[in-house]
Amino acid sequence: MALTAPQADDADASDDLAVSRLARLMRPFVGVAVPATAAIAALLVGAVMLLSFGANPLVAYGELITGAFGSADNLADTAVRAMPLALVGVGICIAFRTDVINIGGEGQIILGAIAATVTSMAFDDVPRALLVPMVIVAGAIGGGFWGAIPGALKAYAGVNEILSTIMMNLVAFHLLSFLLQDLLIEPGEIKIQQTRRLSPNADLPLLPGGTRLHIGVLVAILVAVLGYLLLFRSALGMRLRAVGHNPDASQYAGMAVRKSVTQALAFSGACCGIAGAVLVFGSESHRLIGEGGAAAFTQNAGFNGIVAALFGALHPIFTVPASFLFGGMLTGGSDMQRATQVPAALVVALNGVVVVFVVGSLRLRDWLRTWAGEVSSYGGRA
Amino acid sequence: MSDFFTVSVLVATLASGIRLATPFLLSALGETIGQRSGVLNLGVEGVMLIGAYAAYITALRTGSVFAGVLAAIGAGALMGMVYAFITVVMHATQGISGIGIFLFGLGFTDLLFRQQVGTPVPIDGLRGLDMGALSDLPIVGELLFSHNMLTYVAFALVPVVWFAMNRTTFGLNVRAVGETPEAADTLGVRVNVVRTQAIIIGNVMAGLAGGTLALDVGIFQQNLTSGQGFIAVALVYFGAWRSSGVMAGGLLFGVVSSTVLQLKTLGIIVGANSTIAAMAPAILTIVVLVLVSRRIGAPSALTVPFERDN
Repeated sequence: MALTAPQADDADASDDLAVSRLARLMRPFVGVAVPATAAIAALLVGAVMLLSFGANPLVAYGELITGAFGSADNLADTAVRAMPLALVGVGICIAFRTDVINIGGEGQIILGAIAATVTSMAFDDVPRALLVPMVIVAGAIGGGFWGAIPGALKAYAGVNEILSTIMMNLVAFHLLSFLLQDLLIEPGEIKIQQTRRLSPNADLPLLPGGTRLHIGVLVAILVAVLGYLLLFRSALGMRLRAVGHNPDASQYAGMAVRKSVTQALAFSGACCGIAGAVLVFGSESHRLIGEGGAAAFTQNAGFNGIVAALFGALHPIFTVPASFLFGGMLTGGSDMQRATQVPAALVVALNGVVVVFVVGSLRLRDWLRTWAGEVSSYGGRA
Repeated sequence: MSDFFTVSVLVATLASGIRLATPFLLSALGETIGQRSGVLNLGVEGVMLIGAYAAYITALRTGSVFAGVLAAIGAGALMGMVYAFITVVMHATQGISGIGIFLFGLGFTDLLFRQQVGTPVPIDGLRGLDMGALSDLPIVGELLFSHNMLTYVAFALVPVVWFAMNRTTFGLNVRAVGETPEAADTLGVRVNVVRTQAIIIGNVMAGLAGGTLALDVGIFQQNLTSGQGFIAVALVYFGAWRSSGVMAGGLLFGVVSSTVLQLKTLGIIVGANSTIAAMAPAILTIVVLVLVSRRIGAPSALTVPFERDN
């Protein structure tokens, strides 16, 4: 068959050749086109919701996009919003690649924030060049510690990590609320659940350009690069991925499976903890605020970061642009609300729809890929 | 402490623990059925919120609690069909799509509430049943015969789910497709149909759990469930996929929470310490799991989509 196909005067074969060329050209695009189409379909669902609230979807989405990416200030706000998502996302990449599910991002963010806050209070006068790295490292340690607990519980006591990370979130919420009832709050007549304005020496320095963009963005990129090096360019990362791929075989090959599981959740938690530090010291208030509940502080980044990691194909580097897009939707949401009177909660719902549509479309992508692969390999014999 | 250890206080605490356990129990039992069939749903929180809002808005508009309950069930069934489609038919990654369902439920109910209601309007919610002489009995009357209808439904479902899972063909099929779908398929069990059924049942129960919550407190607000759906998922692991274990977990959570609330109300633990005490149920569940090491594993095919090899 392979020998007879390359006859140029055979009409069928040249037809096949044309189809196969098309299929081969298409193939790389299928990987992007199908999820992109699914995302557009999700936006259409959003358009229907907007119409049902009497808003013009074009105006609404226009405002959303301008609000997210329309000016230097807006881009900066989007980047600020994206930082915690990217940091959590990198952590999620590490955990998921080791086949450990980390739903404890929220708690790990909070512990990182607490550790960073306490550090800045203890070392008020340390110069900025030193204190800023200190609070970020403190965040990593706090979050890493909070992640290591469910990691060790899974590895050495067989406690399922979904259960323990959910429970550790609850403990963290209450711990935050406890600390902000008495110990860490500003002394005053009225007790408000927030710290005093923390040491200016710990403020994340703004980047030049006159926007709100601060060095947190560089921290996030650095963590993403480190996450990439850890996962794909180090012996440790190879071990983690091997354990994630097949724990039994890894055990058999002499790898420390239990240690790997603990490490994976510790690293994952450390990334989330850094997000917590960035949320405190990159905020405009420069306080740790518990008012309005823990979710108001974390901005649900512990969950949204999972989504960002998924859209970054569980690759630390690609998680950064994915977070930027998601951050953009969240930033643009308030502009949309201002222009159309539709609550910004629509954007949260829309994010959910996008996730469901895109994850739900991956099988369609695989079908198309297989089809394109079959057609092109068939013709490829020519 | 003497204040706490009086019969009336203890009975009230236990009774309110049973009440608090109801939404956990309903949603965790539902999730158990789904997971037994091999499908993880991390979106319970989102489905509960949707159920809660559906129950609230329906009860508000019609004035009927019963209509509210039906709406919660309907909303759960609808979400079940959506989740079955994306996981069973489209093979979507279950952990992630559950997070998607959660985000959707969180945003969508907040959106609808702001658009349709705005400021919180209380509704006439569920009331405790009056069982005449039974309710008037000392101690047991308050403890067992004064709850609302859905609490009885939830606890009645514990043996029902056990029976359905262990003594019926449907339950056998659910367990089979959750453990060894290939073998079940060979024997003529329609794997994806069984999974779809299990998912819809699970989501109906999650929706009902949310409805119970809204109708019990008689109000809706943004993020009303505040993490209860995630706790329900955790309780499935706590209960090792057994309805009795799930009930134990739900009661542990409910009773410990109500004890903390009671101690706070009585002023036995004051101020910030009550927040520390509020950590108790979460820590206890972990500690219990560490101490009682169980060798019962998850269903083998949990999170693995099924497709027949050609």
